[in-house]
Amino acid sequence: MKDNSRRGFMGKAFGGVAAVGAVASLFAMKKSWDPLPSVKAAGFTTLDMSGYNANEIVTEKWRGKPIFVLKYTPEMVAAFDEKQMSRTIKIGEDHFMVNLGLCTHLGCIPSYNKDEENFLCACHGGMYDVTGDVTKAPPPRGLDIPPFKIDGNTLVLGEEGPEYKKMLADGTTLKA
Amino acid sequence: MAHFTKATSLKDWLNQRLAIEKVEKVMASEYWIPKNINFLWAMGMVLVITFALLIVSGIFLLMYYQPNVDLAFDSVNYTIMREVDFGWLWRHVHGVAASVVFLIIYIHMFTAIYYGSYKKGREMIWISGMLLFIAFSAEAFSGYMLPWGQMSYWAGMVITNLFAGGSLHADGLVEWIRGDYVPAQAFLNRFFMLHVLLVPLAIIGLIGLHFGALRIPHVNNQDGEEIDFDEESKKYLAGDKAGSKVIRFANDFMSKDMLVVAIYLVFFFYLVFYHYDFAMDPVNFDPADGLKTPAHIYPEWYFLWSYEILRPFSTNVGLMAFAFAQGIFLMLPFLDRSPNTVPASRRGLFRFWFWAMLIDMITLTAMGKVPPVEPFGSIGFYAALIFIGLWILLPIITYFEKKA
Amino acid sequence: MKELLILVVVTIFTLVTYYLVEPFAHSQMHKHMESEHFAYADLPAITKKGDATNGKAIAADGFACTGCHAISVDGFAAPMDAVASAAAYGVNPPDLSNAGAIYDAKFLNTLIRNPAHALMVEHKFDINKGQMHPMSAFAGFGGDLDQEVADIIAYLQSISVSKEELTPVMAYETACGRCHEVRYEKWTQIGTKPTFKHKKDSLAFDIKVLEYQDSLKAYMGKLPPDLSMYIRSRGEHYIKTFVENPQNYLAGTSMPRVGVNAEAADKVIEYLEDSGDAKRHEREEIGKNVMIYIVIFAIFALLWKKQVWRDLH
Repeated sequence: MKDNSRRGFMGKAFGGVAAVGAVASLFAMKKSWDPLPSVKAAGFTTLDMSGYNANEIVTEKWRGKPIFVLKYTPEMVAAFDEKQMSRTIKIGEDHFMVNLGLCTHLGCIPSYNKDEENFLCACHGGMYDVTGDVTKAPPPRGLDIPPFKIDGNTLVLGEEGPEYKKMLADGTTLKA
Repeated sequence: MAHFTKATSLKDWLNQRLAIEKVEKVMASEYWIPKNINFLWAMGMVLVITFALLIVSGIFLLMYYQPNVDLAFDSVNYTIMREVDFGWLWRHVHGVAASVVFLIIYIHMFTAIYYGSYKKGREMIWISGMLLFIAFSAEAFSGYMLPWGQMSYWAGMVITNLFAGGSLHADGLVEWIRGDYVPAQAFLNRFFMLHVLLVPLAIIGLIGLHFGALRIPHVNNQDGEEIDFDEESKKYLAGDKAGSKVIRFANDFMSKDMLVVAIYLVFFFYLVFYHYDFAMDPVNFDPADGLKTPAHIYPEWYFLWSYEILRPFSTNVGLMAFAFAQGIFLMLPFLDRSPNTVPASRRGLFRFWFWAMLIDMITLTAMGKVPPVEPFGSIGFYAALIFIGLWILLPIITYFEKKA
Repeated sequence: MKELLILVVVTIFTLVTYYLVEPFAHSQMHKHMESEHFAYADLPAITKKGDATNGKAIAADGFACTGCHAISVDGFAAPMDAVASAAAYGVNPPDLSNAGAIYDAKFLNTLIRNPAHALMVEHKFDINKGQMHPMSAFAGFGGDLDQEVADIIAYLQSISVSKEELTPVMAYETACGRCHEVRYEKWTQIGTKPTFKHKKDSLAFDIKVLEYQDSLKAYMGKLPPDLSMYIRSRGEHYIKTFVENPQNYLAGTSMPRVGVNAEAADKVIEYLEDSGDAKRHEREEIGKNVMIYIVIFAIFALLWKKQVWRDLH
């Protein structure tokens, strides 16, 4: 009897030790699947904001994703309501759109219509206004705003400046 | 040590060590199959042959394919298609087989649904089969990434985006799956690993399970008749082959299987040489470009019904409907509350359920391909609702089904 | 009988699904353009009979054309190399040696007098807004303009190879190759890339290509795509109807209507097939043999089945 229970106990104890080893291995496997440090470090892009023309959309790249940069004309800015203003970025005297160029529905790239001053996503017909706010379903929200930091006349994407942190706090954008 | 005698022949030598005669009896000459079956029963063998074609063609593609974002496209379209002798043949065989295998899977699945081959002891065959469907889906999706064309990239982008879980915003999970912020080198490499090693291993294991699950309940027959295999096999072995209700797997069943396979191969090779655009979509002959979305993104045809269940709804509802659609077929043996193992034509309302499900899935498939403009958007929406409705109805109509 | 019915049902459902997913869906996604078979219906016909000798005097010796274009078959070299030409004009003007065989005569008739109109790029080069096309319009040498242009065309047709002798490479390099690279044929906008012994020379060539492409990109708005796999990504019909009128598919595009005749268009398609579908002849040959074999295979499978089942039914 005593022998049996000891054997039984040792069997369970051995199983427990094996399980600990298995969990540790799974942990290592999970970490191997993580994005590489070099990939994470490459996540910063600097934009020179003096080089853009009004109402001419430019697609930059940040972390492999397209970034829409659109300089607004003074007329556009004058017509913005409070919500639209909250989505713009002011650098010096100019106002800009700096949005992730990926539809918040399923990730296609919307196209900008210069004359109508809006965005249309060809994949499922979603539409955004000139500040990237969603105007027609199915996208669930406006275009995301990437983390940015204003540094004089340049913008560093990937760094969280105070203006970006405010946008996060207000709910203007979600963490991209 | 077991007792071994001096071998009288090579067969005897192997028999003493591996019991080959016993194995041969169990797997082939005394594996009894009902005689009352039709050519649809051969789809399993057709799948084995198609899987073999995929592996063999895959081996030769693997010799020249480069899983690198800068080299992948050219390794396929230049090296394999232009330089490697018969490289174009392996590529065409692989692409066409990857598409046609799903046609055969769906025929095989719907045959099982029609004849009730998922009930009364055959539940594990059905479940292992559905797991095989999921494994083949993962294999097809990972394989499609590899040529690194526009469709590879954007399908990869859209489908991995689903794991953000709508309002859950699990972007960290999406980045973890990709190994990067967007589909890039890490993404391509790991899907190559999945496609070439891990998922094929899972498929082979599941095929073993699927065959094992079939052995004890035995193959079903056109009338769902419960056959006494001992009695019928005695009749056969006594010489009354015509009167017996069963046949041997080898060579009786196999010879009919091989005839169906041969006719299938005529159709298959016709597609390989003369009609393959459906399996190798033109959009994927543009190299992947993360800054340029194609005008129309769509999955391969066999995923369209599933894609169309995701599309018409708002993000969160769509994701839930999509998850439902993936898992619900697994539950079929338990949702069908009737014990009747007879063809659908003899099962009252289930007969209509069967044809409605088939037509609905074809409708979803067609709508999943076209742009979501009217009337297609609405048709797809209602077809998705009907799909969900049919599954809710199933337990109800089968509960009240008269005993056959 | 029952099995035949089952086969018919399975076949019908398969074909319906195929039809909806392929021909039908694609018809919904892409509008179908009718081809005008390179008729250039919008352009006026040539009214005069051209004199090749006078044409040479104008186009070649008179520098009406050779001021920018090479006519190497008749001894006139290009005034500048490709990279310098692109820097000056946006793109390298084509060598006109085979222009007579490649380009449609009606097209040339309009092109020489009004390039932007023939090329269908007036939306980019509007004379009224002072936007000049890099190819200057030929205003004539003082005589009858219709006659002089007819003479130039006659000259070009006299020095070129015949339409039958025109090779796919000739057609592509002249009509398309100055804008569109074809990596799979080692074709760059400045010519086929040679094999270099020293890496430095290879890189120097690549730099020249990049410089050319910079000029081209500035001229066109974006770099024209590499056409290596276009025969499979776009197909013959799309490419031909696109070349006939790019504006129909991509309104506002910078791509000109290049003006090839029907025979040259076929040669361009053949070139693209040699690039993107190189093994098509082998595929057809082997396909035939495999189909014959597999039918024989099926017959033997049937015979074996019949033999095995003789005493089973």
